[in-house]
Amino acid sequence: MSVALSLVNLVAVALFIYGLHQLNSPPTARAGNRLAMVGMAIALVSTLLQTQGIGWWAILVGVILGGTIGIVAALRVKMTAMPQMVALYNGAGGGAAALISTLEFFVLASGNGENAVVSVSLVLSAIIGCLSFAGSIIAFLKLQELMTGRPITYPGQQVVNAVILLAILGLAGWFIATLGTMPVLAFLGLLLCSLLLGILFVLPIGGADMPVVISLLNSFTGLAVAVTGFEINSPLLIICGALVGASGTLLTVMMGKAMNRPLTNVLFGAFGSGGGSEPAAGSGGPQQIRSASADDVAIMLAYASKVIFVPGYGMAVAQAQHSVKALGDQLEKRGVKVLYAIHPVAGRMPGHMNVLLAESNVPYEQLLDMDDANPEFPTTDVALVIGANDVTNPAARNVKSSPIYGMPILDVDKATNVIVLKRSMRSGFAGIDNPLYEMPNTSMLFGDAKASVDALTAAVKAL
Amino acid sequence: MNDITHLIQLLTVLLLAVFVGFEVISKVPTTLHTPLMSATNAIHGIVFIGAILVVGTLFVGPTSPLLAIISVAALTLGAINVFGGFAVTERMLQMFKKKEGPRL
Repeated sequence: MSVALSLVNLVAVALFIYGLHQLNSPPTARAGNRLAMVGMAIALVSTLLQTQGIGWWAILVGVILGGTIGIVAALRVKMTAMPQMVALYNGAGGGAAALISTLEFFVLASGNGENAVVSVSLVLSAIIGCLSFAGSIIAFLKLQELMTGRPITYPGQQVVNAVILLAILGLAGWFIATLGTMPVLAFLGLLLCSLLLGILFVLPIGGADMPVVISLLNSFTGLAVAVTGFEINSPLLIICGALVGASGTLLTVMMGKAMNRPLTNVLFGAFGSGGGSEPAAGSGGPQQIRSASADDVAIMLAYASKVIFVPGYGMAVAQAQHSVKALGDQLEKRGVKVLYAIHPVAGRMPGHMNVLLAESNVPYEQLLDMDDANPEFPTTDVALVIGANDVTNPAARNVKSSPIYGMPILDVDKATNVIVLKRSMRSGFAGIDNPLYEMPNTSMLFGDAKASVDALTAAVKAL
Repeated sequence: MNDITHLIQLLTVLLLAVFVGFEVISKVPTTLHTPLMSATNAIHGIVFIGAILVVGTLFVGPTSPLLAIISVAALTLGAINVFGGFAVTERMLQMFKKKEGPRL
């Protein structure tokens, strides 16, 4: 590689890092994304110059196919479906890394190379790439509801996974010992086992844990790309892979903290599959639950001085974000201060709720994260919970026996009045009763989230 | 040995990039975590460039149809990441607006 091309790649790396840095605030974020685009374009041109356009027709086909699919999907995808989209992109990156390793395997098998570094990185990138690819596909299927979002468990699950992992390690050891000159069938076996493990490790993870899984798969993909960099001796891939890996890892840790559960518990716990959990203390059945009419709630909202909306996955499912914004506008017209409190794991991926509300033009200054929102609740007249459940469950604070005990929650119960918009009295994802619903300051407004919010807006308007 | 020195250089690059990554990403506010993820999708689209490099060494002579198919598949997946990742990030980021006007 000539000196000039290396320098150009250095510029690209600088643009990637500075672009990511610009994502530290909404006003500069777009410029950041554009800088990263420029970096990618520069790296692309310099690489094409370096390879002198060899295989141009394959590259062209790839650009036409991949570019079309990528751009059409990006423009068409609904914001509520963003988690599935990111899952697929993670899978694409992992799949590409695994395919590159497969190509390099055939180069090694034909007797070129014989380098320990290449064979170790090749086998690692193949394994991690396959894990990420297959795991992401399952995550996509679950999020798209093409398969059940509930954890899928069977007896001996851990043992099966352990056996497959051992098989992978054995084959990988063989691969490295022979410097990548193992039979093609054995390499195929390695790929298949890795794909299988990817599928099996996501199957037992439930929908509400998806923010963790998506972040983790993101970090896997980054890792696979970084290792591919060692395999083909490209610092560019190593750096980009490391940046993505760091990002995914950081988000995974944050999501785990927000659920107060170690990663191992998310991966192996099959949360939400358990039948009936212990009823929370003081639970006396549904007779203590008050339901309110839209008109009652509208009056409460219209004459409040501060209202906090607490959106959850239910808002995304009902596509209610635009209705919520309309209600907020009506209230602001009447001089009510409207804020939005967003729990880190609300929705199906990190920041999911923020993007939905941004889509419906809620200014980002009104979106509070948990640490900023909690001090606001004691001075709030009405907390309106829209399709959120477990993240508002006070049992997490005070019921030691609760499975979510210790999870940081939004303290909606500290507001003067709590209105919960809910389809029915079914328990939340974790299958735990929510004592919030039985508290004296709570009323329930039953029905589809979008229909309920629209009814509230109409009732407020009519006042 | 030259190989070892080279490996250590690459490992150094990896280590530094990881630290820079943690440093930069930890400053991203929770509001932007979804665009952050899609932006990192675009950045790991750098595998597209990896695929071009591999194709550049592989296609020097005549290539088997199998390898050609695998190459096209790898290039396609990489291109999906690059184009789709940047496009969807751009689309999301333009939705993040400040509160306009002097409203309360």
